[in-house]
Amino acid sequence: MTEEEDRMEYAEQNRLLRRQFDTILTEPIPARMYLKRPAWLDYARAASFIAIGLAIGLALPMLRPAPAPAPVVVNTTTLPIRAARAHLVYSPEVRHPVEVEAKDQEHLVKWLSKRLDMQLRIPVLSSEGFELLGGRLLPGNDGPVAQFMYQEATGKRLTLYVTRPHKGDTVTAFRFAQEGPVSVFYWIDRDCGYALSGDIDKPALARIATSVYKQLEP
Amino acid sequence: MDYNLIVPFIPNLRRYARALVGDRDGADDLVQDTLERAVRKFHLWRPGDLRAWLFSIMHNVFVNQLKARKIPYAVDIDDIAIAAHVPTVTSVDVLDLQRSLLALAPEQREVVLLVALEDMTYSEVSTSLGIPIGTVMSRLSRGREKLRRAMSGEATRSGLRVVQ
Repeated sequence: MTEEEDRMEYAEQNRLLRRQFDTILTEPIPARMYLKRPAWLDYARAASFIAIGLAIGLALPMLRPAPAPAPVVVNTTTLPIRAARAHLVYSPEVRHPVEVEAKDQEHLVKWLSKRLDMQLRIPVLSSEGFELLGGRLLPGNDGPVAQFMYQEATGKRLTLYVTRPHKGDTVTAFRFAQEGPVSVFYWIDRDCGYALSGDIDKPALARIATSVYKQLEP
Repeated sequence: MDYNLIVPFIPNLRRYARALVGDRDGADDLVQDTLERAVRKFHLWRPGDLRAWLFSIMHNVFVNQLKARKIPYAVDIDDIAIAAHVPTVTSVDVLDLQRSLLALAPEQREVVLLVALEDMTYSEVSTSLGIPIGTVMSRLSRGREKLRRAMSGEATRSGLRVVQ
């Protein structure tokens, strides 16, 4: 082959390769690639999270009576806030943390699936040391929301907030939010918005969120 | 110094890994290991070509993975086909190209893909793979030629013609 033919041949190879593999550039990045953050980063940020958390925590009582309603925010951004608030309200409950206890799990799933009009599944987090306490129905922005609560042997609690998707919600990878003392990992897929909240350190919560994600994957 | 600096390169790393490894899960594992290593070694990165640095890490991880699976990285016999994985792709067209790529020795595949997909210059490839420019050029031309033959061979068998 002449040099000119070689050049054309190689350009054609490039074109074929690009055509085949360029689609990967726009594929959503798997959530696990976001989660694997270096431990030092978490430590470095822990300090700032605590500071911000304290600031928010201290400011919260003063902010609460604020009369002006918040401007309409895209639901993807309010999901972690709603989830964190629900966590803050219900997770300290001693006598009535849930409406339906884990021993009535079958009823719990049936009931909440019916109210949310979708088939719910409850992830098992025993391998992470968390057992299901039960769940409850909550009012969401436009419809019912399910909250499942888990408890560790030490008494530490996690809540999983499950909501129907709203108009304008788009599929997201894992996101992290800090609402006061509550860490939230949340994500939205085609069927649902999920938010896992807890007052536990971020790497541990990330690991559990990954487990929840995997178990709920269709 | 932040993980966020690396994130914009993830799509490119995934594209390259998919072409290099052949299947989605294996490729994403390669990317994942690369990211973890990059994060651990970030303090060693001197401001410069971050892309080349990331690809050099992926290269090291890739070579280690091959070693672990006892797959030779470089081969002398030109015609040996190295299929590290059975590609999980559907279309015949796609399968042919993927199979042709896997017929290249890994060392050739790397050079061809960095040039074809990443548009890297010889010197960038040389930095990414830690080899002299002369080696980049010889691996590239051998890889190109082998890919051409593999693709036309595949094409004859499947009754298709590769556009010259």
